[in-house]
Amino acid sequence: MKTKLKMIINNKETEFIKGETIFQVAKKAGLFIPTLCHMEGYKPSGACRICVVEDVKSGRLIASCSYPAEAGMEVRTDSPQVRMSRKKIIELMLSNHPQDCLTCTKSGFCLLQDLSKQYGIDEITFQGGAKKKAVIDKASPSIVRDMAKCILCGRCVTVCSEKQGVSAIDFSHRGFNTQVSPGSFKSLAEGNCVSCGQCIMACPVGALHEVSHKKLVIDAMINPNKKVAFQFAPACQMTFPEYFKKSISVDDATKKIIGALRGIGVDFVFDTCTAADITIMEEAKELVERLTKKTKPLPMFTSCCPAWINFIETFYPKHTKHLSSCKSPHMMKGALIKHLSEKLLKVKAKDLFVVSVMPCVAKKSETGRPQLENEGLANVDAVLTTRELFSLLDEYGLQYEKIQDSDYDRPFSTASGAGKIFGATGGVMEAAIRTAYHMVTGKELANVEYKPVRGMSEIKRAAVDIDGTIVNVAVVNGLKNVVEIMEDISSGKSDLHFVEVMSCPAGCVGGAGQPYTTDVEHLKSRTKTTYKEDENAAIRCSHHNPDVKEIYSKHINEHDAHELLHTRYKGDK
Amino acid sequence: MSKVKVYIGMGTCGLAQGALEIKKKIEDYLNGKKIAFEVVPVGCIGYCSREVMVDFEFESMPRIAYCEINPQNIEELLTELIEKKNYSNKWLLGTYKKTPSLACLYDTPYFAKQKRVALENCGIVNPYSLEDYTGALGFVALKKVLSSMKPETVIDEIKKSGLRGRGGGGFPTAIKWDLAFKQPGSKKYIVMNADEGDPGAFMDRAVLESDPYRVIEGITIGAYAIGASFGYIYARAEYPLAIERLENAIKICKEKGYLGKNILNSKFSFELKVKKGAGAFVCGEETALLSSIEGKRGMPNPRPPYPAEKGLFGKPTVINNVETFANVPWIIREGAAKFAAFGEGKSLGTKVFAVTGKVKYAGLIEVPMGITLRTLINDIAGGVPDGRKFKAVQIGGPSGACMPERLMDTKITYEALKENGAMMGSGGMVVMDDTTCMVDVARFFMNFIQNESCGKCIPCREGTKRLYEILDRIVLNTSNQKKSSEELLRFKGVLELEELCNVIKNASLCGLGQTASNPVLSTLKHFRDEYEAHIFEKKCPTHVCSSMVKCSIVTEKCKGCSLCSRKCPQGAIYGKPGTPYIIAADKCTGCLLCLSTCKFSAIVKE
Repeated sequence: MKTKLKMIINNKETEFIKGETIFQVAKKAGLFIPTLCHMEGYKPSGACRICVVEDVKSGRLIASCSYPAEAGMEVRTDSPQVRMSRKKIIELMLSNHPQDCLTCTKSGFCLLQDLSKQYGIDEITFQGGAKKKAVIDKASPSIVRDMAKCILCGRCVTVCSEKQGVSAIDFSHRGFNTQVSPGSFKSLAEGNCVSCGQCIMACPVGALHEVSHKKLVIDAMINPNKKVAFQFAPACQMTFPEYFKKSISVDDATKKIIGALRGIGVDFVFDTCTAADITIMEEAKELVERLTKKTKPLPMFTSCCPAWINFIETFYPKHTKHLSSCKSPHMMKGALIKHLSEKLLKVKAKDLFVVSVMPCVAKKSETGRPQLENEGLANVDAVLTTRELFSLLDEYGLQYEKIQDSDYDRPFSTASGAGKIFGATGGVMEAAIRTAYHMVTGKELANVEYKPVRGMSEIKRAAVDIDGTIVNVAVVNGLKNVVEIMEDISSGKSDLHFVEVMSCPAGCVGGAGQPYTTDVEHLKSRTKTTYKEDENAAIRCSHHNPDVKEIYSKHINEHDAHELLHTRYKGDK
Repeated sequence: MSKVKVYIGMGTCGLAQGALEIKKKIEDYLNGKKIAFEVVPVGCIGYCSREVMVDFEFESMPRIAYCEINPQNIEELLTELIEKKNYSNKWLLGTYKKTPSLACLYDTPYFAKQKRVALENCGIVNPYSLEDYTGALGFVALKKVLSSMKPETVIDEIKKSGLRGRGGGGFPTAIKWDLAFKQPGSKKYIVMNADEGDPGAFMDRAVLESDPYRVIEGITIGAYAIGASFGYIYARAEYPLAIERLENAIKICKEKGYLGKNILNSKFSFELKVKKGAGAFVCGEETALLSSIEGKRGMPNPRPPYPAEKGLFGKPTVINNVETFANVPWIIREGAAKFAAFGEGKSLGTKVFAVTGKVKYAGLIEVPMGITLRTLINDIAGGVPDGRKFKAVQIGGPSGACMPERLMDTKITYEALKENGAMMGSGGMVVMDDTTCMVDVARFFMNFIQNESCGKCIPCREGTKRLYEILDRIVLNTSNQKKSSEELLRFKGVLELEELCNVIKNASLCGLGQTASNPVLSTLKHFRDEYEAHIFEKKCPTHVCSSMVKCSIVTEKCKGCSLCSRKCPQGAIYGKPGTPYIIAADKCTGCLLCLSTCKFSAIVKE
C-alpha cells in the first residue's frame, strides 16, 4: 500500500500519495486551482503560471501543476501574492487577446473568459503592441485556426504530438512573436494534419474551431427543391441528453431532437447505427476472407475513423492495403439512402441532401474525398458536429416542453447493440467479433459481451478464440499508439490479425465534434452510457438486425454492395 | 641567428584586429631576413583593449609580450626587435618570467591583482596542440583521477574546494555531482553549457578558443565522478572558432586515448560530442538547453524534476558551465585547499569577469572572490577614462543589476552581490559613466530580454513586452504627442511598473523570466531620481533620451550667423543676423541638428 503523507494547504492538513502534484492534491481536497495550460494525463508544461501557489516557508510562488507535493510542505492557494499574480497574469493575457467575445465561437465555453470573470477583471490594464493580426487559416477542410486568439498555452501542440504522434503544429518564433504554426507551411492543410481535431477540444479559448457546415445545411433546409435527410452517429446520440441538461435517457433525448428537426423542416432522420451494422457485415466478411483466403495482408485495420485513414495515408502510405476497404458507416448510409431514395423515399437522389451529425471533425474532410461518390453524387453532402447540431437547435430556440417526440424514418433505422457501441473504443472490434464468430462457425456466442477490448486504455491486445482458431486483435485509441503496431508490421514482426484504430481518446464519444470537455471522467460516463445502451438493446448482433437483412435481401446485390459500401485509398490501384 | 618563436594572439578578438595579416607580415619579414622562425597561434590572454598581442621568444631570452600591434605597426616593431635589438620599446607589455632587465607582464596593474586559474593557459598555449597542453601540466589531473581516485573521492575533493557553478546560479558543483552520482541506472549524461549569450560576456569563448583541452579534461573528470559515459558540449553556433578548436581537440584526444574507450588504459570510457546551439539566448537555461540537445525547440521545462535526477532523454544529467569545468583540473592537480584559499565565506576560488563599457582596459579579468568592485574596476581595469565620473556597473548579464557608486565597496561574492540586489551571473560587467541614462539602460536590457524570451510562459512573454513598452513611454516626451490618450497610458504604466516587475520575477517559469525585471528593479532602487525626472519633469538628466532633449543657445557664444535658424526643421530658432539667436523650447523637438551645425559651440543640450 502506498503510504499517505501529509501537507498543509490553506491551513488545512491534507493527505497525499508520493508523486502527486500540489494541483492534484488540492483538487482531491476540493480546492479549485485555475489553469490554462495543464491537462489531466499529460506532462505539465508549466507555461501559463495561473496555477501558482505560495510556498509559505519560503514565500516563493510555485507552479502547482508541476510541483510535487512534499511531506510537511505548507502552501496557500489564496494568499494576496497569489491572487495578485494570477490577476496580473490574466490582465497580461487580455492585453494581447482580441476583445471580441461577442463574435467568438467559444464564447461561453472559454476558460480565459471564465477566469476574467472569476478574478473580477473590469478593465484592460495594459495596452500596447498586439500579436500580429494573423490571417485566419481556413484552408483545412476540418479545422479553422484564428491565431490572433491563441494564448500559446500549448495544449494543442501537446495533444497533437503526445496523443496523436502527428506534430502537425508546433511553436515558432520567439518572445512576444511566438506563435503556434504548422511548421514552415502556410496553412494547416498543406502540412501533415490528419484533421482529428483534438486540438479543438484542447483549446481553452476560441483560437481553434471546426469548419462550419451549418449554413450549408440551413440553405438546403430552406431550399424548396431539396429534401434533407439527417443521420445521427451512435456516439452523438450518447451526448444528446447533455444538450437538454436533464437526466433523461438517450432514447428520450434522441426522440426530442428528431422531433425538433422535423419541426424545423428536416424531411428524414435516420440512425447511422444501422450502417454500423452493415459495416460489421462487410468488415467481418472481409476479415474472414483475409484470414482464410489470404487475399490481402494481415492484420486488417478498421476504416471507420477518417483521421486514422488520413494518418495512414500520410505516414504509412505503403500500408494502406492493410485497411479494410469498407467505407465509414455514415458514408455507407449516405450511399445507400441516395441509391434507394427514388424507390423508397420517392425523392430523386439528386434532390436529396444528406447531412451526417457526427462526433467528429475529420468526417468533414471525408466529404471531400472523390472516392466517396456514387452515381455522380457525393455520399454525404454535409457533416455537422454534435456541437453544430446543438447550435442549430439553439438558433431555432426550441422549447423542450413543446417539442413533439418523433422517431427515426424506416427502413434504415433499426439499430443493434453492436452498432451502438461503435462510439466507444473497442466497440467496433467487439461488434465484429460477435458477427465474425457467427460467420466462421455458424453458431451464436453464448455471451456476446467481450470485455478485454473495453476500457479507456490506449492500447489493448487480446487473443480471441473463434472455435479453436485464435485471432489476435488489438484496439487503439490515440494515433500515437498505433506507431508501434505499424513499426512491427514494417519489420515483419506483427502477429496481429485485426486492429481497431480510433483517433480520439475513449473513441468517438471523445471525438472532437462532441460538446467540449477535457475531463476524463466525463468521457468515462459517456462510455458507460454507450455500453448500457447495448445492454438494453433488443438485438445485440449486427447480423440479427432485420433492416440489415432486408437491405441485403431486397435492395442491393453483391455488385451494389461492392460499389456502394467499399472504397479505395490513396495509392490504391 | 637561431630560431625565433613568435606567438600571435589568434582568438576571435585577435583575428578581428588583423592577426592573420600581422602573421603574414611577420613571415614575410623574417623570410626576407632569412631568419629561422616558428609562428605559434595562441588564444587570448584577456587584455582585449590592447589586442593584438604578439609575443617573441628569441634564443636564450624569455618570452616577451608586445601589445597593440596592428598590420600597420608590425614592421616597425620587427625593425625595433630584429635590427635595433630594442626589446623595451613602446609596445612592450612585459615578460612572462621575471627578468632583471625587462618589466614582467604579471607586475603590470592589469595582471598584478589577478589570480589565474580558469584562464591559466589562455593566450599562452597553442590551442591546437595537445603537447602544448600536456607541457603546461595538462591531463595531470585526469591521470591522477583515473589512477588513484574513486568517484566519491573526486566529488569530495570538489566539495572541499567549495567550487560553485560559474554560469550564474552559483549552485555548489559537488552537490549537483553527488546527486547525479547517487541516481540509480547506468545511463547518465554530462553536459557543458557553452551557450554564452549575455551581451558583453565572452569568458567562455576565450577559454574554449584558447584552452580547449582544459575543458575536455574538466568534463571528463566530471563524467568519471558521476558515472556518465556520454557528454555533450553545447556551444552556440555563433562561436565557430571555438567549435573548430574544440572539435579538433576532441579528435586528437580520441586518437591519443584521452577520450573514448578505456581512457588512459583505465576501465573508464567516455565519449564527447559538440552540439551546436541554434542561437536562442534562453538555451543557456539548463532545461531549455537539454530540450535543444534532444532536438526539440529550446524551451524551459518546470523543475523539479531537476536534471540531476531526470535530465537529458530522461536520464540523470549534470550541466556545468565552461568556466566551472575549466576550474576542475586545477583543483584536482593543485588540491582543493589551494583553491579554497582564494575567496571567502561560501564564495571560494576565483571568478572570471568580462569587463566592458567605460573602462580604460576592457577585457577578461580573473580575480579571487572577495575583492571589491572598486578594486576590480579602478585598479585592474583602469577605471573610467576621459575624466568622466563612474556612475554604475551592470553585473550579471542582461538580467543582472546596476550597482551605483556607493556600492562600489561591495565584495565580489555570491552572497554580498545578492544582498545588494545583484547577482554574479556568468560574469559580465558593463561599466557606465555619467553620460549614461539609467532609464535608457533599463529600457535597453528589457528590449533584449523581451526579444529573447522563449515565449512559453505568460509573465515573461507578455510581461517583459509590456514592461518594455512602459519604459518606452517613460522616455518619450508625450507632451510632444498629439494624442492625450498616450499621456494617460504613460501614467497608467508608471503606476503598474513595480507590481508588474514583481509578478514577472515571482511567477515566471525559468531563470530568464525570474531575473528579467532586475534591470528595472535595480535602477529603480538606486536611480529613482532619474526615473522621477523623466516621469514628472519630462527631462532626461543625462540628455540621452532624445525626445526629452531641448537645445538652447548660449548668448555669449552666439555670433548671430543664422545658420542654425536656417537648418532647424521645426522653425524653432529666432533672431536677427548679427545678434544672438534664441530657441523656442515648445517648438524644439531635440533633433540636435542645430547642435551639429553650430560652428561656435554656442548650442547646448538641456
